Amino acid sequence: MGAIVAFIAVIILVLIVLAGTGAANLHFLLGVIIPYLTFVTFTIGVAYRVVKWGRSPVPFRIPTTAGQQKSLSWIKDSKLDNPSTTTGVIGRMGLEVLLFRSLFRNTSSKLYNGSIFAHKWEKWLWMGSLAFHWSFLIVLIRHFRLFMAPVPSLLHLIEAFDGFLQIGSPGIFVSGIILLGAVSYLLFRRFYIPQVRYISLTSDYFPLFLIIGIALSGILMRYFIKVDVVSAKELIMGLLTFKPIIPKGIGVIFYIHLFLVCALFAYFPFSKLMHMAGVFLSPTRNLANNSRMKRHVNPWNYPVKVHTYEEYEEDFRGKMKTAKIPVEKE
Amino acid sequence: MHDAGKIIPGLIIFAAIVTFPFYYNMGKAVERPEPKLDTPAIQELKEKQCVESKEFMRANHMQLLNQWRDAVVRDGNNVYIGSNGKKYTMSLQNTCMKCHSNKKNFCDSCHKYVAVRPYCWDCHIAPKESKL
Amino acid sequence: MANIKLPKPEELSKIDHKPPQKRWMDTPAEFKQGMYCYGAKGKNLSAVDFPNARDWSPDDKDWKLPENWKEIVLEGMKERLGKYRSFHIFMDICVRCGACADKCHFFLGGGDPKNMPVLRAELLRSIYRKYFTASGKMLGKVAGARELTEDVLKELWYYYYQCTECRRCSLFCPYGIDQAEITMIGRELLNLLGLNTDWISGPVANCYMKGNHLGLEPHAIKNNIDFMVDDIETITGIKIEPSFNRKGAEILFVTPSGDLFGDPGIYTCMGYLMLFHELGLDYTWSTYASEGGNFGFFTSMEMAKRLNSKIYAEAKRLGVKWILGGECGHMWRIINQYMDTWNGPADFLEEPVSPITGTRFENAKATKMVHIIEFVADLIKHGKLKFDPGRNDQFKVTFHDSCNTARGMGIFEEPRYIIKNVCNNFYEMPENTIRERTFCCGSGSGLNAGENMELRMRGGLPRANAVRYVHERHGVNLLANVCAIDRAALPALMDYWVPGVKVAGVHELLGNALIMKGEKERTTDLRGDALPGKEGNEDA
Repeated sequence: MGAIVAFIAVIILVLIVLAGTGAANLHFLLGVIIPYLTFVTFTIGVAYRVVKWGRSPVPFRIPTTAGQQKSLSWIKDSKLDNPSTTTGVIGRMGLEVLLFRSLFRNTSSKLYNGSIFAHKWEKWLWMGSLAFHWSFLIVLIRHFRLFMAPVPSLLHLIEAFDGFLQIGSPGIFVSGIILLGAVSYLLFRRFYIPQVRYISLTSDYFPLFLIIGIALSGILMRYFIKVDVVSAKELIMGLLTFKPIIPKGIGVIFYIHLFLVCALFAYFPFSKLMHMAGVFLSPTRNLANNSRMKRHVNPWNYPVKVHTYEEYEEDFRGKMKTAKIPVEKE
Repeated sequence: MHDAGKIIPGLIIFAAIVTFPFYYNMGKAVERPEPKLDTPAIQELKEKQCVESKEFMRANHMQLLNQWRDAVVRDGNNVYIGSNGKKYTMSLQNTCMKCHSNKKNFCDSCHKYVAVRPYCWDCHIAPKESKL
Repeated sequence: MANIKLPKPEELSKIDHKPPQKRWMDTPAEFKQGMYCYGAKGKNLSAVDFPNARDWSPDDKDWKLPENWKEIVLEGMKERLGKYRSFHIFMDICVRCGACADKCHFFLGGGDPKNMPVLRAELLRSIYRKYFTASGKMLGKVAGARELTEDVLKELWYYYYQCTECRRCSLFCPYGIDQAEITMIGRELLNLLGLNTDWISGPVANCYMKGNHLGLEPHAIKNNIDFMVDDIETITGIKIEPSFNRKGAEILFVTPSGDLFGDPGIYTCMGYLMLFHELGLDYTWSTYASEGGNFGFFTSMEMAKRLNSKIYAEAKRLGVKWILGGECGHMWRIINQYMDTWNGPADFLEEPVSPITGTRFENAKATKMVHIIEFVADLIKHGKLKFDPGRNDQFKVTFHDSCNTARGMGIFEEPRYIIKNVCNNFYEMPENTIRERTFCCGSGSGLNAGENMELRMRGGLPRANAVRYVHERHGVNLLANVCAIDRAALPALMDYWVPGVKVAGVHELLGNALIMKGEKERTTDLRGDALPGKEGNEDA
């Protein structure tokens, strides 16, 4: 159900472009106005969300400790999984953000013969998401050849690695294929695993279909339905230097690709995609487990009503005296 | 606590990354490259027409060259029949570069602009150009 | 309790993990007998000034909610979104990857899809989206948002008291989303309407008025300990004289009241008493701060702080130098992650130093409270204790890491080090079920009542399963732990799933093995059972 709505939404986005580049002739809207609006929405939207999170304080130190604590000198503490120092926290966050440490730990628990659980290492989700995120990043970085003039040699290096297969011309980039494969896997598991299907919302399918659309249109454009890259870059450079221009004759596939990318980035700050920023702010990961060593202050701490010892002794003085427990007031 | 000391630098880094393409290109007048068609060989042509249309060649020349290479090297076939019915010899050096002898002002101008490094010249010898 | 039938293990272990066809939002919660606790009593809620204090039962159609209950919940959510970044972020960034789904013991043991941590969180998130996000306000169900109705509220109550706040989901979540945190805040919201359980609100009221969950009055505490002292004398021939509320002692000792009452908690407590006596430790018990555990933590942060305040207050009143804490689970999560922030700074105390070995407990230099397991591991390392591990040879031991000390502290090596010194036979359970990946006993966070026994047995199944593995493979017959709720909850779990396995605190094993100066030859262990090779000498 959610998947169908999301799929139709992406199809509608494509149809909008077809209409816009066809009879309506809205190239300027699609190629200039919408990209600018998207940039503003994305940048301000993300910053706004982060600031909003930042305004809520972190009252307590609540790291999820995933290893031995630092205690006695002769017991080896787990510096990355249960960090007690800032360096350790940076290491833990680095592993989390770059290598998805927590997902790497993933197990699958299945019931066999009635009531025996087997808990096995489950690496597919970790591999799928790692492949997805890293290939997406590399694809994005590769696109900077269209955003920069002159193009720095680092990008050539990345392209050389990415295109190491040297198949065809233009040469195949591995990252694009991995991206499409990984995002398809992430979609597939939402259909295939009953529990994941049960929890999936429209807002889970939508970005997946959108990214599939982006990857497909990109691959089509590079290898099959060719467009004039020089004109494409001219359009982009026009945007970046604030001298917008719509060169003639760029194929519709370019506008489809661009519009879907805009849709993704404009959708970003309103959606779960904010996990990109949120992961850095997660209090169960970015705090050191040192709250017994170092005082941590809650900015909204307030005095509370307590049952004092005096009140307690008042209630039980007789019984305490009989039991020969010392009291303050005889 | 609020961690302003970490969140604000984080946001500044974020802003720096997303606006990078803008300030990197700031003040640079990057003109669209116009490949030069003024070689003697072209000027001698009666009908100034490549093996296929200009629009097709702009978008598809790399794939055409790839097909030519495969046809010549693998199948030993070196005759290309264009969509206008004319026959051409499939050869980078003897057909393409005969007219477009100005590699620097023809091939390289666009390739440099969109940061493409074709590996044609790994095997082929680039034409000698008089340095003007 | 007797009227709620607990199915047989064979029946209970038929679990279907396949979710139903119907979407979860369209499926209201079905209240199943044995899966939830009795409602809170009015007198217990009013004892701590909680709102909407009244007698109430979840079985009734009318939950006697205040008229503006919806406003109260939404206002409460708004307030907490502004107070807890954790809550705000956890409402926003879940991608529903499902990594947490099969990590929850309640889902594994029950198969109810709303017990998948992600869906338990979505129960609240759907409300958040409806009232606090633009997309939820506009798109409604398509954006995963839904109206807050009385049915939704009842569903929240049902499932937020089917979470033991064990944080296992948080360990596997790529963003560290912690359902324990969401449950805690969800329960705070429910408590704004007086929606608590009898099993939690009773101990809270007790602890507030009498100093401990069990409601033991000062003389009763002393009596209970005197009984243990007598038993120790019978077993070892040594007379111990503990002190209570003594000013000027060096150390205040605080342990969960579960150790003062009932089997097998008291054997652990006897272990403490024997240890302290053997060391000649200058320490005191307190009848005012006679609870290390904190059921307030299962109602609201404020209530937890109110109960916790007694520990520092008592340490200050008695003028001790530092505080030693007994074996407990959530007590230690609180001491490690909350106590100093709530009720500190403890600047009237000194940085803890072991009077026996001189070791400075630098990891506790702000809070000034040391875990007895850390304290003892240090003693053993310095050779200050003599053991006869043979006195535990009747046991083949495995160790259950408590959720809170595992994922809210990280105390893994210390208890194992002690066990290996006091026992000859120790076997680990499979690695995906211990240490940071440990499975809950199924009864934490105030769920260890009698009327929800099916829930407890289901929730405890993954843990019991791992015990059964070592029971069948190595003949393990003793499940050691460092948590009072474990000691209260695991015996029932073992009897149900793995009969023949007993439950003991680490200090019971230590008490068995500890060679005390001047002790007579022991013939029984602390439980009064004959020691191996001494069966003939047993007293009639």
